[in-house]
Amino acid sequence: MANFNLKINGKSHTVDVEDDTPLLWVLRDHLGLVGTKFSCGIAQCGACTVHLNGNATFSCVTPVSSVGNGEVVTIEGLSEDGDHPVQKAWAEVDVAQCGYCQAGQIMTAAAFLEENPKPSMEEIDNAMNRNICRCGTYHKIREAVALAAKTN
Amino acid sequence: MATLTKASRRDFLKIAGTSVGGLVIGFNWFSCDSPKVEVISTEEILAQAKSFNSYLSISPSGDVVIYSPNPELGQNIKTSFPMVVAEELEADWEKVRVVQANLDTEKYDRQLTGGSGAMPHSWEILRKAGATAKFVLVAAAAKTWNVPAEEITLEKGIISHKGSGKSGHFGEFVAEASAMTAPEEVTLKDKKDFKIIGTPVKNVDTKEMYTGKPLFGLDFYREGMKHAMIQRAPFGMKIKTVDESAARAVAGVTDVVTFGTSVAVVGTSTWPLMKAKKLLRIEYEPDGTVESTTDHDRIFTDLMANGKAEVKRSDGDVNQAFKSAAKVVVAEYQCPFLAHSPMEPENFFAHVQADKVELIGPTQTPDRARLAAAEITGIPKENITVELTRLGGGFGRRLRADYVEEAVHVSKAINGPVKVSWSREDELTGGAYRPAVRYRFEAALDVEGNMIGYKLRGVGMNEANSTRPNNFPCGAVENVLIENVVHTSPITINAWRAPVTNFLAYAEQSFLDEVALEAGKDPVQMRLELYEKAKSNPIGNTDYNVNRMIAVTKEVAEKSNWGKNPDVKQGISVYFSHRSYVAQVANIEMQGGTPVLKKITAVTDCGMVVNPIGANHQVRGGIVDGMGHAMFTNLTFENGVPKQKNFDSYRLIRLKEVPEIDTYFLDSGFDPTGLGEPALPPTGGAIANAIFAATGRRLRSQPFIEQKEFSDIKLEIRRA
Ligand code: FES
Ligand code: FES
Repeated sequence: MANFNLKINGKSHTVDVEDDTPLLWVLRDHLGLVGTKFSCGIAQCGACTVHLNGNATFSCVTPVSSVGNGEVVTIEGLSEDGDHPVQKAWAEVDVAQCGYCQAGQIMTAAAFLEENPKPSMEEIDNAMNRNICRCGTYHKIREAVALAAKTN
Repeated sequence: MATLTKASRRDFLKIAGTSVGGLVIGFNWFSCDSPKVEVISTEEILAQAKSFNSYLSISPSGDVVIYSPNPELGQNIKTSFPMVVAEELEADWEKVRVVQANLDTEKYDRQLTGGSGAMPHSWEILRKAGATAKFVLVAAAAKTWNVPAEEITLEKGIISHKGSGKSGHFGEFVAEASAMTAPEEVTLKDKKDFKIIGTPVKNVDTKEMYTGKPLFGLDFYREGMKHAMIQRAPFGMKIKTVDESAARAVAGVTDVVTFGTSVAVVGTSTWPLMKAKKLLRIEYEPDGTVESTTDHDRIFTDLMANGKAEVKRSDGDVNQAFKSAAKVVVAEYQCPFLAHSPMEPENFFAHVQADKVELIGPTQTPDRARLAAAEITGIPKENITVELTRLGGGFGRRLRADYVEEAVHVSKAINGPVKVSWSREDELTGGAYRPAVRYRFEAALDVEGNMIGYKLRGVGMNEANSTRPNNFPCGAVENVLIENVVHTSPITINAWRAPVTNFLAYAEQSFLDEVALEAGKDPVQMRLELYEKAKSNPIGNTDYNVNRMIAVTKEVAEKSNWGKNPDVKQGISVYFSHRSYVAQVANIEMQGGTPVLKKITAVTDCGMVVNPIGANHQVRGGIVDGMGHAMFTNLTFENGVPKQKNFDSYRLIRLKEVPEIDTYFLDSGFDPTGLGEPALPPTGGAIANAIFAATGRRLRSQPFIEQKEFSDIKLEIRRA
């Protein structure tokens, strides 16, 4: 066990965990930030996506020891009141079915649009292909990313 | 037409001053034969003197609340139910909400999510509850203002009387209204006057979902709660020895508990348990038969030829029909096992104490969870509570209570609160599957290509009936034999979204395509001819309404430009599907020798569409689901253990793999039926038939990408 100082959603947190503990479980089990979801644990589905220094990152395979001074942003810290352009577009398009994958989808989309504010549909498809939605909301995900890009 | 309907069998109910205040209407969701809707007093609710299973309440501030017993897993019931109530009530939509009810078998006799059944069950009762509330509110306003009730109008939660210029919101009249007599009959609105039903209304949990609020079972944490993860035995095996020393040595592990064929590692957080579980040294030994996928292939072949069959349907004389046939078409179809793989893996919280049990988590069948806990602990079910969370998908997986039982066992063993969580590997290997099945179809054609005989023989696993004896083309063919053979396997099976039809529809609709080809008929034309037969001279029982079949078939042909463009290769599939009717056409365009799947056109008749957003969601989602599993997904067994253990090898459809999907809804004037399942079954057949039209390759097994017929087809999927 070791102490780690983490910068999450603009605040600093100290946790005492094994250094191979994935960031996902630090967030969920130790810090009560349960918006970041677990689904596959092996970097296949994107449910656990957070921003690490602005990059969409699978927190399930990111050991806490590798985070260092990195800035972590989770769905809880993406905006003050759910009013990030991507969250607004998600609400406007009414993307979710069960909703479980959507925090990860939103985090992937937000990081992508930060990097590529005016993407083509094909670029949207490529970016969002890394997140699985078992309910099959893919059409709406594309639509919402495109809408967020337009209103951004 | 506005409909008059009996609302109540009781007379005036006296109500005393209430501490809570407000108007309360009690009603029963699931007793459509004798629906009861009554104005009741708070005392009665508090005394639990009434057997209503739900309440609609209107507070003095005008907020409307209904209690919904059904678990929400993405089918959008938390939004569509209150829409129906609000419509009849003329409520302000912004002021209506649904509260997820906890398990209560005293009140609810069908508290589950499955079978696309909630809306058909509740449609009328929800409308009556809303209409009854409206009636007493109007009566209360009429009395207060001393004006005739007929002159009163309502809109968006405001009651007005034009003549006197008086108006007020619902809440101002609830005290008076709660002393009113519930009417014997209420008038339901004419459907053409609907203002909320049929309009796009957004999901009521939107904000919580998109800001990461704890909604799901896995998000439940409580001070002092332990976590547990479990190693389960392969199918057909039992535990011989357990060496838990290495697992126990992991920091953060507090207990190791063995029960039945499972070993649980328990600790203070999740990650140490994931590591510890891998360090368990468990030796298993066979306990009965142990099966692999190669065994299943052999068993299917054998039982198809020699198995003892149960006859499910027999019309006319099939032997004679096949003897006199000018042509016989025979084909066999087979599918693999599938897991449900909801994005949220199984989990449940249990706290077993001396005389009570507390259960919290995602389940489609809360009562089953409670009964299982009662049986394990011996604690009477009255002392067991089940709190429902939102479900991160279900697809039938959470109809089973196996993971709830585990939580109860572990909590009992460690004598404290615990949340059992499954990993994805646990979910794929830990057992409840859409079973593999094999079908043999035979059709006898006369010289003109008319189907004069039809045979279907299904070999299923652990399933009393892998066929559906009243499906089309039954009813349109004079001589029919449908039979079923069962293989008993140690692998546990489970209802999977659109049970049985999730593959049967594909097989039936592909075989009809084969028959049309052999008969020299256009697949749409052949269906229409058969429908005419079923209409003019129906043979035996059928479940489908032939007029609705005809309507969706014609509509999908028109909307998809069936047969109009020689460069577009099309496949059709039409299904009476879990009470709704769904027709689909898949379009494949040949581009420089490459077949490109571009579009699926779907026409659905689910009666009246309550919420177009939700309806579109369910139809597209069902099509994506049906397509994904037909194309890509396979679960195979080796010595009782699935080989595909996570999403790297168990392939789910991704965003770039979905074509354009055009959805249309036909309003047939019928009451609404469900949509959670109906769009899925027809999809595989539409795609396979289009692939045949484009390439001449007939796909009779799934997943398509693993079939040898498919190996040199480079099917691309691209939106227009
Ligand atoms: S849980 Fe991290 S990618 Fe699936
Ligand atoms: S909305 Fe259910 S998994 Fe995406």
